[in-house]
Amino acid sequence: MLGAVDWHIVWERLFHPDDVFLRALWTTVYIAVSAQVLGVLLGLVAALMRRSKLSFLRVLSGAYVLLFRGTPLLVQIFFVYFGVNLLFGFTLIPTTLHLGLFDLDGAVFAGILALGLNEGAYMREIIRAGIDAIDKGQMEAARSLGMTERLAMRRIVLPQASRVIVPPLGNEFNAMLKNTSLVFTIGVYEMFADAEIHYSTSFQPVEYFGAVAVWYLVLTTVWTAIQAQIERKLAASERGDEPSFRERLFDAWSPKTAWWARGAR
Amino acid sequence: MVGTRSSLIPEAAQAAKAVAVRAVDVHKRFGRLHVLKGVDLEVGRGDSICVIGPSGSGKSTFLRCVNHLEKIDGGRIEVNGHLIGYRERGGKLVEDSEKNIARQRAEIGMVFQRFNLFPHKTALGNVIEAPIRVRGVSEKLAVKTGEELLARVGLADKRDVYPGKLSGGQQQRVAIARALAMNPALMLFDEPTSALDPEMIGEVLEVMKALAREGMTMIVVTHEMGFAREAADRVAMMDDGRIIEEGTPEHFFLAPVEERTKQFLSKIL
Repeated sequence: MLGAVDWHIVWERLFHPDDVFLRALWTTVYIAVSAQVLGVLLGLVAALMRRSKLSFLRVLSGAYVLLFRGTPLLVQIFFVYFGVNLLFGFTLIPTTLHLGLFDLDGAVFAGILALGLNEGAYMREIIRAGIDAIDKGQMEAARSLGMTERLAMRRIVLPQASRVIVPPLGNEFNAMLKNTSLVFTIGVYEMFADAEIHYSTSFQPVEYFGAVAVWYLVLTTVWTAIQAQIERKLAASERGDEPSFRERLFDAWSPKTAWWARGAR
Repeated sequence: MVGTRSSLIPEAAQAAKAVAVRAVDVHKRFGRLHVLKGVDLEVGRGDSICVIGPSGSGKSTFLRCVNHLEKIDGGRIEVNGHLIGYRERGGKLVEDSEKNIARQRAEIGMVFQRFNLFPHKTALGNVIEAPIRVRGVSEKLAVKTGEELLARVGLADKRDVYPGKLSGGQQQRVAIARALAMNPALMLFDEPTSALDPEMIGEVLEVMKALAREGMTMIVVTHEMGFAREAADRVAMMDDGRIIEEGTPEHFFLAPVEERTKQFLSKIL
């Protein structure tokens, strides 16, 4: 059985990736990062809207989650790419987006938008749970000191909520890395599209899909390691027995405390 | 509405003293529960008053109304002549803007039962946060004042320690320093020693007594009769949403009038 596998192809795909593949890998990474950033921002705005005194903002926030969590991601991707321009009657998704420093392909833009909109609905729930997890006394103490709700949220509640938000956010980004493969369906040349093209000309699914699966595994594994590191630091500064992440960063670059100034140890 | 008020201070002397807090017929409902049923209270400037009473009598709720952490459903509360939380418009009271309410709260310090220190900030970070962010004080000045305040509550050496590493008594003292950093005209204490181990109550009470001696206007909701006896100028007894008796500590401990007060005091003394 295994004898039928052309191991040379797998070896080449993994250890001597060509430029086309590396560009596709880069596309996967920046779509995932951009969509996740968009998702976090949308989730934060929606989570704050949910706490608003204005009822229409709360309704809007609820409708957003209902819609984007209740429909398939693939449908959303197709809808954004093919449907949005027709729906609004003007070109929201151009063929190419000129961003000054570089051009962004319209399909990539649509993909980031759809993945980000979908992610935002999940992030709203995660951020909401994070804010709810912070003791109500924190907001009261901040307000008793004369802070407005907005200032208290920014300075007191959200920094604490971020510790609760980071672990599930990490899981979301793990899923995001893999979900980017869906945008191949609207013609984005990312990692999976690269594998699919090779397969369709060679009909060697095991080699090409197997190799790309390993690449996804590499991305998610690297991310898992980064996430573990972030969580360890957050937990340590929460206990107060280790300097915070920011303090470490500062220490590392400060001429007084940096390793190069401490001398031999 | 109001029960017997047997203040031992003569009317004339009361009038001469500037009034820091004036609460008139304050009502508060939580849904169908009528928690405050017409609270009347005056606190003279520089006085410290202890509010005692059984749990559920509305002591804490009333305190939280004074800085508008709770809205009131009737009556009015003034601090240094300013209506708290509301504006008068056409003879009616309407809730003030968030910004104005925040500005009023900045002048009123509050200390909570559960400390409510900001766990992501050091002791000093807790103290300097509001002066810098709310008042716009320079960081240098805020740190200087903050260090002085920490020294005043006996915690100069804990400036860089996070609340999680402090004992309950130390946390509460940081919380007092944090409130004082805003240079408030009035301090509210909501059962400040109830969450503390017995051996830590003393250190917090010492700080509060010193504050009272220095002439800070204070409203203290507490079960600590020691504080009431030694540091309070007046004591008010609350029961079932009303202040039923009010007077000097001597009056309370030697000759309480109301039957309900006698009962309550006999249980806790």
